[in-house]
Amino acid sequence: MTGVGLRVALALALCLGLARASEAADAKVKAVASFSILGDMVKTVGGDRVNVVMLVGPDGDAHVFSPTPNDAKSLAQADILFVNGLGFEGWMDRLADASGFKGLVVVASQGVKPIEMEEGAHHHGDEGHAKDETPHDGHAKGEDHDADEIADPHAWQNLANGEIYVGNIRDALIAADPEGKAVYEKNADAYLAALHKEDDAVKAAVAKLPPERRRIITSHDAFGYFAAAYGLEVIAPEGVSTESEASAQDVAKIIRQIREEKIPAVFLENITDRRLLDQIAAETGAKIGGTLYSDALSGSDGPAPTYLDMFKHNIGALSAALSS
Amino acid sequence: MIDAVTQPFIEFAFMRRALAGCLALSIGAPPIGVFLMLRRMSLMGDAMSHAILPGAAIGYLLAGLSLPIMSLGGFAAGLMVALLAGLVARATILKEDASLAAFYLLSLALGVFIISVKGSNIDLLHVLFGTVLALDNAALLLVASITTVSSVVLALIYRPLVLECFDPQFLRSVSSTSSVTHLLFLVLVVLNLVSGFQALGTLMAVGIMLLPAITARFWASDVSGLIIVAVLSAFAACVAGLLLSFYVNVPTGPAIILISGALYAVSVLVGTRGGLLWHLAPRKHLEA
Repeated sequence: MTGVGLRVALALALCLGLARASEAADAKVKAVASFSILGDMVKTVGGDRVNVVMLVGPDGDAHVFSPTPNDAKSLAQADILFVNGLGFEGWMDRLADASGFKGLVVVASQGVKPIEMEEGAHHHGDEGHAKDETPHDGHAKGEDHDADEIADPHAWQNLANGEIYVGNIRDALIAADPEGKAVYEKNADAYLAALHKEDDAVKAAVAKLPPERRRIITSHDAFGYFAAAYGLEVIAPEGVSTESEASAQDVAKIIRQIREEKIPAVFLENITDRRLLDQIAAETGAKIGGTLYSDALSGSDGPAPTYLDMFKHNIGALSAALSS
Repeated sequence: MIDAVTQPFIEFAFMRRALAGCLALSIGAPPIGVFLMLRRMSLMGDAMSHAILPGAAIGYLLAGLSLPIMSLGGFAAGLMVALLAGLVARATILKEDASLAAFYLLSLALGVFIISVKGSNIDLLHVLFGTVLALDNAALLLVASITTVSSVVLALIYRPLVLECFDPQFLRSVSSTSSVTHLLFLVLVVLNLVSGFQALGTLMAVGIMLLPAITARFWASDVSGLIIVAVLSAFAACVAGLLLSFYVNVPTGPAIILISGALYAVSVLVGTRGGLLWHLAPRKHLEA
């Protein structure tokens, strides 16, 4: 009885194994990227040789992502997994474990010099990244909220970091698929050149803005790297809870802050009520900027379907709002 | 103290707008609530407020963020539910409250359905229902117009309406205007709910209509007295709620309704007409 069972199982395993092997021989590299921006980079470098699945798609929020069985399935079948790292995907370890993923994990932000942000302001949902915390006297600041300084994961908001990402992706793809080395290198070189050009373009666009107007207020604290790299002052609205209905105090605080700090433009995506934004603009004389894309790309018909387009869109929106 | 009350309104235009909107709503909605209460239709207001949702949602799908279209849609849907419920109640064995429940549950489900078909779910709810802090000119104008129309129509149908509250049989025997009065009254209910919805948000609309009216019941006995107390307590709750939201950092809509609720609770205890305190005091005298 067991003998028969064993033989059947062996035969099945053999068949499956053969099928797998023959499939892999002519099929593309199966890559999974944790979110849309990374996915776009992998696609650009991998070209036709790589099939990319994004776990958090366009316009999705990687902070509050909850994986579906389908995601676990794509992960289980993948050869290579790209994550941002820096504590961005708190859910990834558990998902990778649960799905039985056995392939190569690539941390795209490897080699990026992290900047710090306060955990009190932003919740990335997992205590697991406490290890990223640099020993720092930040706790001694005596702020009234519980501020833990951790690495800001939004490193891709600096195009120079984007170039590091692309380099990492290229090397990882070559390691996973040595036959495609020439293709990956060619794609990556072209991409790196384009990123470098856009980096210069963003710097030039910021340089055109009058220095005193290079400041925006935004509820989205994903622009730390952008601000540091391109010399823009990004001010967070104080104590505004974005998840619930705004109180009169919240609105009053934003208005006072904009008046006192003479901030020329407001980018408050998280306050979804357009009418409230209009009120704030009317009362302060600040311009309402458009949407800045930070953590996710737009859909293919939106203004920021790729990583490069995202920068073009963001710098366009900033220039429009800040040029006097 | 006076500074603390006036300062937010002097410094911030959005507070002044909120105050103006609240004042308009406090004049329009509570009198309607008084009649709803007197006709034992208090819960109908709640049901109708849900019925407005699909209309506003369809308006949004057709015309985008257009205040007139969304208001019109909400008004049409609310009125349709009220009329259909009345029709079913008259034509079948079902009572009006039961058929109203059926229709409002259906339209609530339809509203949620339409909203989620559109895609982004929570954002659309924000869009459909404004907040008191974001009253733009169009919304203010809408609330003020509805309050004006509502007050005038209420004045016109005041007598038959009072009569119908206390002696519907008599009204029907002496006049044929009973059903016209009823219809106009339903229109007023829906109008005021739409006004509250567009300007102030879901919770506010029914709350500001009914809570002040129920509170007034403990202080006044005749209909005009009820209306005056209801309007005053609604406005007091609005001012206090706005200030609470400003100084304590709580969402404005719920703050206003909670203050309304506190006024109600106090009235239940110490109201001169049937408050618990007056109820208990004489009994003690008798025992002594």
